[in-house]
Amino acid sequence: MSGMLDRVHDLYDELERNCVLLSFKGGLNPELISVILGLVERKLASMENDQRSRKRVFNVVVECLQNLYHHNRQKTSTDEPTDQVREPQGVVMIAHTATGYSVLTGNFMAGSDVEQLRSHLDRINGLTPDDLRDWYRAKLADGQYSSAGGGGLGMIDIARRSGGKLEYGFVPYDQDNAFFSLNVNVNT
Amino acid sequence: MEPLKYEGTPKTPHVHFDPRSGLLELKGRSIPENSIDFYKPLIDWIDKYGREPNSKTAVHVQLEYFNTSSSKCILDVFKRLEPIRSAGNEVTVLWHYEADDEDMLEAGEDYSGIINIPFKMIQIAEVEGE
Repeated sequence: MSGMLDRVHDLYDELERNCVLLSFKGGLNPELISVILGLVERKLASMENDQRSRKRVFNVVVECLQNLYHHNRQKTSTDEPTDQVREPQGVVMIAHTATGYSVLTGNFMAGSDVEQLRSHLDRINGLTPDDLRDWYRAKLADGQYSSAGGGGLGMIDIARRSGGKLEYGFVPYDQDNAFFSLNVNVNT
Repeated sequence: MEPLKYEGTPKTPHVHFDPRSGLLELKGRSIPENSIDFYKPLIDWIDKYGREPNSKTAVHVQLEYFNTSSSKCILDVFKRLEPIRSAGNEVTVLWHYEADDEDMLEAGEDYSGIINIPFKMIQIAEVEGE
């Protein structure tokens, strides 16, 4: 029991040292996303004086949470009932850093989609802010909707607001799934 | 034809489309998970309005935040207004943005570059206590 109690303190200590505004792991639904966004907004209002930075961070959090919600592979496990629809699972952490804010998210995805996402992110990271804007405009204008309704604009928008490169990684989970981690630094 | 009115929520904008005055307002936030569901009635309303439009239509957009899934839907709203203009009516989009919100100004410029309707960019004072 004392081991568990120590872990509570360690957890607090680690969150405190890393200036974590919010961290959450679990199932996401629209109501919970609203609650998280409300919390983020309140915290930003009390710690960030620059309205433009506040808006950028908030926008990035909105897009990242909606990515978690929409692009989420359910882990298939034989010991779980299959007739039950599970909420999308994910992890999110928002921290204050020396240069601004860091929005970290993680979720499971189909292993077969990894290469497509990787090349999308690499392409974004290779573009200048002006090129990103042109690409955003072209994708907005093409009239195509993606399955989640965004038309593939999400990551481009996140990169535009970040002002930096998207840091990402994939960890193989099982034969069908991978865990995708994304760190978006919003420089203020 | 009836006006279309929605109260704003933390994730969806205040909507007031008035066929008699030709005033279409979209204000607040547009960050729902499923934007297509939210915008479908707006787009249907404009299609209907387009059959007997006011000779002058003014679309006021004053958004604090919108997500990328809303951005495609907002484009659809504007696209449905293009035929009303090409039929000889006056259609203007008044794009409001807060003084220091360059991102929102750019977003308006992005639409203005895609849509064949005159845009007016209107700078407003920073809204206190957001």
